[in-house]
Amino acid sequence: MKALIFLALAGCAFGADEATIQHGEKVYTYWCATCHGQGNLPGTVALQTKYKGAKPAMLSERTDLLPAVTKTFVRHGVSIMPFFRKTEISDADLDALAAYLARNNKTASR
Amino acid sequence: MSITPPGVSSKDFSDALKQFEEAVGKEWVFTSDEDVALYRDAYSPFWGEPEERVASAAVAPFTVEQVQAVMKAANEHKIPVYPISTGKNLGYGGSAPNLSGSVVLDLKRMNRILEVDERDASALVEPGVSYFDLYRHIQDRKLKLWVDVPDPGWGSPVGNSLDHGGGYLQPMYRNHFDSHCGMEVVLANGEVMRTGMGAMPAAKTWQQYKFGFGPWIDGMFSQSNFGVVTKMGFWLMPEPDAYLTGTVSVPRYEDLIPMIDILTLLENSGISNGMPGLGSPILGGFMMPPRAPEVTAMLEKDGVESAELHKYAQDKGIPFWSCTVKFYGPEKAIRAQWEYAQEKFSVIAGAKFKDDEFYKFPLTPEQFNKVHKPEMGIPSLEMFSIGARSPYNPTPGQGHIWFSPIIPRTGEAVLEANKVFAKAAKDFGLPLLSFSLPTTYWMRSFIFLFGFPITHDIATNKKNRETFKQVVRVAAEHGWGEYRTAPAFQDAVMDTYSFNNHALRRFHETVKDAVDPNGIISAGRYGIWPKHLRGNKA
Repeated sequence: MKALIFLALAGCAFGADEATIQHGEKVYTYWCATCHGQGNLPGTVALQTKYKGAKPAMLSERTDLLPAVTKTFVRHGVSIMPFFRKTEISDADLDALAAYLARNNKTASR
Repeated sequence: MSITPPGVSSKDFSDALKQFEEAVGKEWVFTSDEDVALYRDAYSPFWGEPEERVASAAVAPFTVEQVQAVMKAANEHKIPVYPISTGKNLGYGGSAPNLSGSVVLDLKRMNRILEVDERDASALVEPGVSYFDLYRHIQDRKLKLWVDVPDPGWGSPVGNSLDHGGGYLQPMYRNHFDSHCGMEVVLANGEVMRTGMGAMPAAKTWQQYKFGFGPWIDGMFSQSNFGVVTKMGFWLMPEPDAYLTGTVSVPRYEDLIPMIDILTLLENSGISNGMPGLGSPILGGFMMPPRAPEVTAMLEKDGVESAELHKYAQDKGIPFWSCTVKFYGPEKAIRAQWEYAQEKFSVIAGAKFKDDEFYKFPLTPEQFNKVHKPEMGIPSLEMFSIGARSPYNPTPGQGHIWFSPIIPRTGEAVLEANKVFAKAAKDFGLPLLSFSLPTTYWMRSFIFLFGFPITHDIATNKKNRETFKQVVRVAAEHGWGEYRTAPAFQDAVMDTYSFNNHALRRFHETVKDAVDPNGIISAGRYGIWPKHLRGNKA
């Protein structure tokens, strides 16, 4: 948990332009939305069960995600979600994905 | 980096890595601990133990020529390499090698869809193409073709078929290796070879005729380690006009036997052509009403053969078994086929019928969201709902491995397998299996499928590994063999295919020594070890 808090704080130094965020949305649609998108999908149901409505179940609607948190989950996995290799989601793609998911987070400076 | 390939000097290893970098570019050779850790098997039954199979490095070529260059360098320095396609074979090994210290040959970047031919209903793809990729390619071009997909759609048609994976569509597509046509393979010495008609340089029918001339050797590259497959052709299913399902239910315990016989006859005759679904309204379970508490009590007391249970089902008028029969085709034809199927099932006294789904294609958005997508050739990850956190599973684990023996496609075999595995569960302290029906159906056999949970608790994983090997042994004693398994159990399973003093495995080893004399490709995969590592078994 301490590591996550540290990573979250580190994420505050983040900044991204619109082109990066748009690219991040494409990465999200390709890699994440098949599990975390709209509907009765495993990632969405898992987060609905975990947060019981306190946070949006769909990752793309979250307002609290910081880039470093997204990166940690993508590279380390969680529960049955595996981690992703750099041939799947490159570091540049991951930067963009993290920027996209942080776009609604007012604490992440842009 | 933490480990080096076994038996390889650090000079040879670093020379090979340098050659890999020259072949594919420095950016695509991964050696840092952080990068190499991404090649662990996320569902490894050895997670966090010294025996966990981990890579020493990874190399990710972009072209066949780069694969050839990597293989030449690996062969020169005797570096063990482990090819993966999309690396998503979760539950069966993921992206980790059988032999720790191997360099993973990550083919994900080779993700070109080289051809999709609507007239021939065929495709030619590279290993890094996922089912999602191929589906989207077809949809974008509005081609009237379906891809037979396995439950998790992020896998690769090449990797899944080479591992003998399956899907849901018509029988000729459902077994993915059966539906391939032609392959390109890079051999251990870096030479490239094409099979079937592809061996003829000007071939016009590489994806239309499997056999070419001479021995058909494609099977040797599935579940094996004789080459690196860099292209494969597949037959696709023309989009049908419509899809229809109907359910037959039968009243008595012993009706399972004729019900499955009729189902098999219908499928072998081409009358029903979708993957059927067996169920038990009285016992409950997947896609069934919940089981009554008194039924559970009777099952716990006397098992499924309980006379009391059989009488209870009759008295309450609850069918003992059901079977959903599925049809793809023109509406007029499949309605007639369902009618004919009902006639056949009517020989079972008390059989009842219910019309279920009917769809015409393309689906409406509402239908698209509702259907079980793989049955419509649509890739999805919805199957992961089984293990993910949900109201029914508030504390999920870290993955699963599958115990998946092939059993005969008969009611007798289903009943016997249940009796045998229920006893095994009791003997080995597994959660009691009250009754389990096959969930995957080849045209001529059933796959029994049981998930074993993976945790990050070493003691639990150790116990599950031992139990897994015990049930493999018990299954083999009854003539039921695993069709596919994770690297942790491949030696144990290969040991059960032991006719005539392991003649088959000895043949595999003879081939291995001939085509890969330095034993560099996927050492240990499916129980085939190179000469210098034989005796290295798990």
